[in-house]
Amino acid sequence: MDFDLTDEQRMLADSIGRLVTDSYGDFEQRKAYRADPRGWSPANWSGYAEMGLLGLPFAEEDGGFGGGPVETMLVFEAFGRGLVVEPYLATVVLGGGLLKRAGTAAQRATLIPEIAGGGLTLAFAHQERQARHDLHDVATTARPDGTGWRLDGAKGVVLHGDTAGRLIVSARTAGARRDREGISLFLLDPATHGVTRRGYATQDGLRAAEVVLDGVLLPADALLGPEGGALPLIEWVVDEAQAAICAEALGAMEVLRDLTVDYLKQRTQFGQAIGNFQALQHRAADMLVATEQARSMAMYAAMMVQESDASARRVALSAAKALVARLADQLGKDAVQLHGGIAMTEEYKAGHYFKRLAILAGLFGDMDHHLRVVVAAGGLPEAA
Amino acid sequence: MDLRYTPDEIAFRDDLRKFFRSEIPLPIRRKVSEGRALAREDYVTSQRILHARGLATPNWPVAWGGQDWTPVQRYIYVEELQAAAVPQPLGFNVNMVGPVIATFGSEAQKQRFLPATANLDIWWAQGFSEPGAGSDLASLKTTAKRDGDDFILNGQKTWTTLGQYADWIFCLVRTDATVRKQQGISFILADMKTPGISVRPIITIDGGHEVNEVFFDDVRVPAENLVGELNKGWDYAKFLLSNERIGIARIGMTKERLARVKRLAQETPAGEGMVWDDPDFRRRLAWSEIELKALEITQMRVVAAQRSKASDKPDPSSSILKIKGSEIQQQSTQLLMDVAGPYAMPRPDREEEGLNLPSVGPDWADAAAPLFFNYRKVSIYGGSNEIQRNIIAKAFLGL
Ligand SMILES: Cc1cc2nc3c(=O)[nH]c(=O)nc-3n(C[C@H](O)[C@H](O)[C@H](O)COP(=O)(O)OP(=O)(O)OC[C@H]3O[C@@H](n4cnc5c(N)ncnc54)[C@H](O)[C@@H]3O)c2cc1C
Repeated sequence: MDFDLTDEQRMLADSIGRLVTDSYGDFEQRKAYRADPRGWSPANWSGYAEMGLLGLPFAEEDGGFGGGPVETMLVFEAFGRGLVVEPYLATVVLGGGLLKRAGTAAQRATLIPEIAGGGLTLAFAHQERQARHDLHDVATTARPDGTGWRLDGAKGVVLHGDTAGRLIVSARTAGARRDREGISLFLLDPATHGVTRRGYATQDGLRAAEVVLDGVLLPADALLGPEGGALPLIEWVVDEAQAAICAEALGAMEVLRDLTVDYLKQRTQFGQAIGNFQALQHRAADMLVATEQARSMAMYAAMMVQESDASARRVALSAAKALVARLADQLGKDAVQLHGGIAMTEEYKAGHYFKRLAILAGLFGDMDHHLRVVVAAGGLPEAA
Repeated sequence: MDLRYTPDEIAFRDDLRKFFRSEIPLPIRRKVSEGRALAREDYVTSQRILHARGLATPNWPVAWGGQDWTPVQRYIYVEELQAAAVPQPLGFNVNMVGPVIATFGSEAQKQRFLPATANLDIWWAQGFSEPGAGSDLASLKTTAKRDGDDFILNGQKTWTTLGQYADWIFCLVRTDATVRKQQGISFILADMKTPGISVRPIITIDGGHEVNEVFFDDVRVPAENLVGELNKGWDYAKFLLSNERIGIARIGMTKERLARVKRLAQETPAGEGMVWDDPDFRRRLAWSEIELKALEITQMRVVAAQRSKASDKPDPSSSILKIKGSEIQQQSTQLLMDVAGPYAMPRPDREEEGLNLPSVGPDWADAAAPLFFNYRKVSIYGGSNEIQRNIIAKAFLGL
């Protein structure tokens, strides 16, 4: 049993922490990044590249740094603390996760160094409107066309899909809409004829896009990974994203807890700090309990995401997400309530943490969805 | 014991139901139903239609346009109004300043203000809270100093709901700083156009402009705008705040919202079927309906007790209605967001994109998350739920 970080991991955590404090320490900075037409800061992105964060989880022989889930956890906890708006999840975890596992040596050799250097962002265009949280529900089709492919369909709420330099799109090369078999991945340039993107802000201050594919013609080598057999890969990468989301939620929850506790000490009503009222003390104490439970689950997620038994991995990640979603939801609401009116304002930080937590809780499946996965499996996997 | 209405009450209900649904314009009712912000004109239009039928101010004295209704009729009125998604007549006018003027105001004030207040010719704002005086309202600091025939106001109010539309504001101000804090407060009316009053918007986390800061900088208000007696303002404020017992829980509105949530769940695809096919979702919706039913009967019991005017013991009912009513309202907005699922996320900038683009997801979904965010307010304002529990524990349970 070992919950300690290695020296290198501790150094990484320190330097990411410093980076996020520098670029997000003053909340006005985040507003400025969001005001960029991209919705995020290219300067920050270069900073992440310089620190090696953009190449972190890629193999060294592909031009990365060979980091694992613990390193990713450290990055996301820090990003959660700052409410970072850059497309790291979309590019490095989702897009990069698919590319590094499904890409040919040639695809990896051209694209991974570009990602690691900060010159290329990715987005994973998978979700469809009817599918909700079911990863295997894909109606978009890819049909053979000459020597290549023709894609038709629509993808929704593609995280950072509006600015991505390349899209990884899932489409059905065989089977019916809800079959597990027959899903394939394609790598494409969004400037390809027939691709339309409608970008928009999201409720938590990030960006996403609707992507429509209308007779999009792609060469044969646009196929990424095995034809018809992409689902297990998609599930794995989405599990990695869930582990990242758990860590991000943890970081945001800790900041929101501390903001709330500080406020309870400062705000006076009835001639005393409102933190003197025991009704509020107990709720603040519950926030600490919640963040410790969330930390444990973020660690569990990081440890289980590499589990070789895919079904055990999936259940474990759903368990982590279900609990983190529930804790994040409750902590966010309590933080607003204990602040009173001030937390209802756009001007003050707390509300933004509350909103981000509300969205993170639902991303890639809400609490009900993930609890159902655990229930269907008959509970958690046995300890290894 | 009988939950059913009498035939007369049923006839009364059916009459109102028909009126609300046929006379209040559908676009306005649709906005209410979807939880979107109303324009000033929407409130005005709706209230004037109601007022023309004597339905804007039923709880006022009959001489000033009120209705001689039984408590049950009043209850039915609120229920039906909310169930039809009719905008509530402006609370500041109808439930707050109107009854205060009608009960404690001078004859001249009644003549001058009540008809215009009922018809929303005057839009009122509530100037109670201050940056330093929220739950502890009595610690308010805005001062009014007598100067000849005027009072001179200095200070700041905050959270002033829809103050950007207001013609007048009713304020609690400190007129004596030497006595116990509750005893040096007065209730005064100020024309928002008076020099020295300025309004600054506060944008809330849902992106809406619903509240404001209002600054008073040497604002000269004629002494005739004082309501009732000097330094009795706290009594009038308590009267005002206790006045809204029926309707505070917004049961009719939540019923309407839950029905809508159900309808949308039945038509929103989710994997194999619809959101409605998800037993977990249905279980949570059922809990909200069950809790709402209990609250509805609690509210009816309060109404029935008012009818028999049985006792004047301390009564926890308004606190119970506030706590549970706000919690269930919040649940209903969370359920709506759950139905929207991933499509609760988009927040397109309609102005930047051009207003004639179709919505990103289902046309109702982009309002779901803002409504959920915005409704955190209902357990904060009107006496926070913590303060309500203090009231129950202290005033009722004797702890
Ligand atoms: C959207 C919105 C609209 C509003 N509209 C108006 C308006 O039109 N006019 C107006 O005058 N006001 C308005 N208000 C103000 C509202 O009444 C206050 O927000 C409310 O009284 C709480 O005050 P506060 O926000 O200063 O919080 P605080 O009083 O500072 O409370 C902070 C936290 O401490 C808790 N707390 C305080 N005292 C105690 C205690 N003794 N025991 C236990 N817990 C305690 C509270 O419950 C809360 O959780 C509005 C507020 C909002 C959010």
